[in-house]
Amino acid sequence: MSFLNNVINGISLGSIYAIIALGYTMVYGIAKMLNFAHGDVIMVGAYVCFFAMGSFHLPPVAGVLLAMVVCTVLGIVIERLAYKPLRAAPSLAVLITAIGVSYLLQNSAQIFWGAATKTFQPIVEGSLVLVPGQLSISYVAILSVVCCIVVMAALTLFTGQTKMGKAMRACSEDKGAAQLMGIDVNATISMTFAIGSALATVAGVLMCSAYPVLSPTTGSMPGIRAFTAAVFGGIGSVPGALLGGILLGIIETFAKAYISTDLSDAVVFAVLIIVLLVRPAGLMGKYVPEKV
Amino acid sequence: MLNVNDINVYYGAIHAIKGVSFQVNVGEVVTLIGANGAGKSTILNTVCGLLHSRTGSVEFLGQNLASVPAHKIVERGLAHVPEGRRIFQQMTVEENLEMGAYTRARGDIPDGLERVYQQFPRLKERRRQVAGTLSGGEQQMLAMGRGLMSSPKLLMLDEPSMGLAPILVDQIFDIIRQLHQAGTTILLVEQNARMALSVADRGYVLETGKIVATGTGEELLRDEAVKKAYLGG
Repeated sequence: MSFLNNVINGISLGSIYAIIALGYTMVYGIAKMLNFAHGDVIMVGAYVCFFAMGSFHLPPVAGVLLAMVVCTVLGIVIERLAYKPLRAAPSLAVLITAIGVSYLLQNSAQIFWGAATKTFQPIVEGSLVLVPGQLSISYVAILSVVCCIVVMAALTLFTGQTKMGKAMRACSEDKGAAQLMGIDVNATISMTFAIGSALATVAGVLMCSAYPVLSPTTGSMPGIRAFTAAVFGGIGSVPGALLGGILLGIIETFAKAYISTDLSDAVVFAVLIIVLLVRPAGLMGKYVPEKV
Repeated sequence: MLNVNDINVYYGAIHAIKGVSFQVNVGEVVTLIGANGAGKSTILNTVCGLLHSRTGSVEFLGQNLASVPAHKIVERGLAHVPEGRRIFQQMTVEENLEMGAYTRARGDIPDGLERVYQQFPRLKERRRQVAGTLSGGEQQMLAMGRGLMSSPKLLMLDEPSMGLAPILVDQIFDIIRQLHQAGTTILLVEQNARMALSVADRGYVLETGKIVATGTGEELLRDEAVKKAYLGG
């Protein structure tokens, strides 16, 4: 039974990682940059939701929606102010800027909301008891998996069927050629950051509902793990983010349960190293050679 | 139709295009020929707004394109089929063509697809295939078809024969001839000077960023200096 419980916990944690990883992977795919501030957007989203529900007594759904709007705007603003001026700069400059934005968000949160951890009120409570006393699934876990499936389906439809989504894929392959088609690359990049940040909010609220502590550094470790998940699955690949996220969640949960809580991150990153040695592009990463 | 007047383009400190002027008139096929590095692609990239000139002007249908951002140029009726094809490899053939019609109304797409498929039946057979799996010649056809999807008034082709087997080069030039006969105005950039001049109404010879000769396709084919430098004697 504990094995099944671990599988369930792993999948639900992995679903949250997958949603975060999607933000990394989409932004990487289109802007070819690692947005290390992505994890901190999760934290901001969780704080906004926390205050919306706690101080303004909004219902959970309204709180989440408000947080999504705030983070979408935040994502667009970050991109416009911090990353857009560096469009032509070396990738190292962009990477360091992203780390800078990450610290800026963490420290701003500390100034506005204090360094003390807050107890997040889960947006759904209780569990579905399958075998009394032995096997139960929390509603948050179910909600996480459902959100992940909905997000994946919506994104797949968006990128596969809509004009904007196809334009996004075109930009991620070749920005110059996309411009020649008449696609506004800057607007497309903004939109990608907006979507990624909205998803980060959803993930933040789910994560804080499952593990109800909230502090200015709440987003940083999950952010890094989700980044790992994105690389694991093949950065730039949407199904890769899903696979990477779920696998990472399961590996982490099992490492905690059967090896050691302290070593779980070490196990996760060891697996990443092994995967990258065998498949440098990640599990679902693609390499398309030029044809003549 | 296209009036390029005294453009100077720099890559950092490197002066790549030195005071180039040329015209393309309605219905013409005009070619820019020259060796690797002469600045042919730089000129096309300047016309379509990916690069900018420090002087002079690029006028298309009487309007200056200098302040028009690259993604707005195709709306004006100027399609650029870039060097190296640059099709979207991970998208299907049909999705690539749809992207070509990005600035057109949704309702115009079926018509455009119909026309392109008529011109390139091979693309129709492979419409659901991922573009990266096409052969080089098919990819070039796709790049040209994608350019045509915007129903351009002027089609700019950058090295359409590059990296293709001779039999495919013949095919591509046959298509250029057909497009010409159908009334498409074409600006063709080529290293394969003999082929390019044989389809062109007029040509310009480019050498290290300057135009050194101009004339009709036939004149340039017979020109001794051009023969020596570009046609193998």
